[in-house]
Amino acid sequence: MIYYIGAFSLILIGIYAVLVKRNLIKIVIGLSLVDAGVHLLLIAIGYIKDKTAPIFSNPSLSAGDMVDPVPQALVLTAIVIGVAVTALALTIVIRLYDHHKTLNINKIRELKW
Amino acid sequence: MRKVFAMLFLAIIGFYLFNTFALIPFGKNKMNADVAASYLNSGVQKTGAVNIVTSIVVNYRGFDTLGEVTVLFLAATGMGALLFRKKPMQRSRQNASVIVKTGARILFPLIIILGVYVFVHGHLTPGGGFQGGAIIASGFLLMFMSYRTYKVNHKVLSLFETFAGTSFVLLGLFGLIWGTSFLANILPFGEANTLFSAGIIPLIYIAVGIKVGSELTAVLDTMLKTVK
Repeated sequence: MIYYIGAFSLILIGIYAVLVKRNLIKIVIGLSLVDAGVHLLLIAIGYIKDKTAPIFSNPSLSAGDMVDPVPQALVLTAIVIGVAVTALALTIVIRLYDHHKTLNINKIRELKW
Repeated sequence: MRKVFAMLFLAIIGFYLFNTFALIPFGKNKMNADVAASYLNSGVQKTGAVNIVTSIVVNYRGFDTLGEVTVLFLAATGMGALLFRKKPMQRSRQNASVIVKTGARILFPLIIILGVYVFVHGHLTPGGGFQGGAIIASGFLLMFMSYRTYKVNHKVLSLFETFAGTSFVLLGLFGLIWGTSFLANILPFGEANTLFSAGIIPLIYIAVGIKVGSELTAVLDTMLKTVK
């Protein structure tokens, strides 16, 4: 249960940072926080009480002793995509800073609509 | 004003998240009997890998992993294109202290060995190509940060990357030629829970590890060259 609460908090803190913060780096950090929260949420859904990781490292382990492997495999994919998205976002931030010499989105007038 | 709206928005999202997840009990067995349970029950016999997560990522969903590697490659290429400069900038002028330099020199080979261990043993222990590649890139980051003159050869990196990506696709095509489908596990499985087991899974994870390691190293180098 505490994992659900932690995951919700991470997601909500991340969305808050994206909505309220003015600094582009902090917005990217907010996106990463949402990412981490979603990963934690997916893993927490797959967790089964008193069961272990899905690795048959010991002959005494049977399939009934293990947690759901599917969310873990999906989160492995999601982490890699998250890294790629964060890296690309930071690249765009670097370019914006080069052009405007500021990270404050209020001062970058081309971002307004 | 904006903060009030943000809070209101968050309250709505939080309310619906909470209501949805109140219906999903924590820690209960919610496994899908057709998918997840069959991976657990027959995964070792069908793929030869004792790590079921690895057998899902590399074997059952191997094509998806090929797409994932492609996404990472696209991100690295996009970064290279966006940050391209005719005259590359110098890295930070600050020198690291003697302690950091000496520590980095001793730790660097150990970190590389740990990364190689993690991706070679991907079918036996937690870990795999992506994790091992990230560990290798972190070793290079340590060197970049402690020695400001430390350089990597981008030609060699892209050679490694091309070699690894091509071998992933070629292994898949071999499955198409000698097996039943793209990325079919054509090699003998060997004895489960030993290093030389699981057919093509370790080979694919070695390729993924080399590819991710060289890609992330190139990304870090590009980013550090841009920052003044």
